[in-house]
Amino acid sequence: MTNFILRLFFIAALLLIWEALVKILEIPAFLLPAPSSVGMALYRGSISGLYGEHIQVTMLETLMGFAFGAAGGLLLGTGVALSKKFDYFIYPIIVMFQAMPKVALAPLIIVWFGLGLTSKVVNAALVCFFPLMINTIVGLRSADEDRVSLMRSLAATPLQIFAMLRVPNAMPYIFAGLEIAMIFALIGAIVGEFVGAQAGLGMLIQSMNFTMDVAGQFSILLILSVVGLLLNAGIGLIRRRVLFWDPSSRQSGNLKPASKEVV
Amino acid sequence: MDGIQQPAGREMIAVRRLSKRFGTAAAPVIALSDIDFAINEGELVVVVGPSGCGKSTLLRILAGLMPQSAGEAFLGGTPIAGPRRDIGVVFQSPVLFPWRSVLNNALLPVDVQGLGREKMRERAMGLLKLVGLEGFEHRFPWELSGGMQQRVALVRALIHDPALLLMDEPFGALDAMTRESMNQELQRIWMERKKTVLFITHSIGEAVYLADRVLVMTPRPGRIMDELKIDLPRPRGLEVMNTPEFGAYVKRIRVALNATGGIE
Repeated sequence: MTNFILRLFFIAALLLIWEALVKILEIPAFLLPAPSSVGMALYRGSISGLYGEHIQVTMLETLMGFAFGAAGGLLLGTGVALSKKFDYFIYPIIVMFQAMPKVALAPLIIVWFGLGLTSKVVNAALVCFFPLMINTIVGLRSADEDRVSLMRSLAATPLQIFAMLRVPNAMPYIFAGLEIAMIFALIGAIVGEFVGAQAGLGMLIQSMNFTMDVAGQFSILLILSVVGLLLNAGIGLIRRRVLFWDPSSRQSGNLKPASKEVV
Repeated sequence: MDGIQQPAGREMIAVRRLSKRFGTAAAPVIALSDIDFAINEGELVVVVGPSGCGKSTLLRILAGLMPQSAGEAFLGGTPIAGPRRDIGVVFQSPVLFPWRSVLNNALLPVDVQGLGREKMRERAMGLLKLVGLEGFEHRFPWELSGGMQQRVALVRALIHDPALLLMDEPFGALDAMTRESMNQELQRIWMERKKTVLFITHSIGEAVYLADRVLVMTPRPGRIMDELKIDLPRPRGLEVMNTPEFGAYVKRIRVALNATGGIE
């Protein structure tokens, strides 16, 4: 608890130094706003109801993109892990597609799917499916040899080995993939909004940029990191329930062991 | 397969001229060479041999996890051609599923073979009690000690009432004290349930303590080079290890293994 208070003090101290530097060095507000003006922008934006709608739009885009991307990643990952043919013919195409920076596709996607919700969902889904797919493949393939032998010695069918051993065994990997995918989906949605949108936090950042409202942009960055944290915490909550048996889910702390995060 | 004489009725396992080669035809590694033995129903037979003598390979063939290169293996008169439902296997490590509770781990064969959870639940509880795990049914494997985990593995191997129990150095990873008490318990369970058991170990003392009959295996290629009946009264207490008879059996096995340079 004392550590937690110390942490708060540390953050407060950093903000104070930032504030003081801006004031002393007379840094213009369009370059770097003081924390107090960011706070003011946040406050004004909140009471005027400016953020509410845009937060909703971005969250919806992110969650829908995540849902489609995660479903695609799980399906493709399972296909690659289970079928040699699929692995041989489809996997190289997916990897080639992944090698291309997905952000560069965003303008095309806007052309194809318009300025509305759909293009952002597609963009978010494309950005976020890959890490989950890779983690699904690795997870499904990583079942311990002894456990497979045990199942085989019981005359289990391949389907039973998949359902009773490989799937639960892959869950820690899949959840690590889901956490990454959630953050990636948010990135995909924001990039989509940068390129062309009628609403959303990314669009708001763009329009504030045009009016040199740097304090406003900072306030949205703050909101975005809170949104990201919330989305991530949602996955973490489900993970701790599902993976009560996984040692890396049981321990607490900032740093999750990276061993199962393949991407 | 045809033309081979079927084993007599009392024989649970019959192995005839069984061989296993690994590697290529040009550079074969012979893991097992012309293995011949039989195990009678209700008998506890121990195969003892140094590491790398092919005893685990033998067990994997009998469990149907691996095909032999030549020869035959019969279980209850039918050739072993793949995994079978009437065999229980205990491996070197407990191989428990961490997402299943102790009870659900014990019930894994029931789920795989569709034997009906409701009626087997009683049986699992009874077996868990038999191995001293009463009250641990709803714990998870990571909450148990190594010895307790191996007991769960034993219950899992017995739950579907297999005709044959195959044990591959099941207590090898445990400390000496736990190992001795597990051996005592295995003897007690075996005397109570009268299962046919094939037990594999590299510990001569463990072999003599447990066995009705010991098969001594030597490596490269794996052969059975001696077989001896252990005439020690049961139940055997740990003090049996201090008797001259026990010592004589141990000595005979050690000499047999040393003769082939099997033990360092």
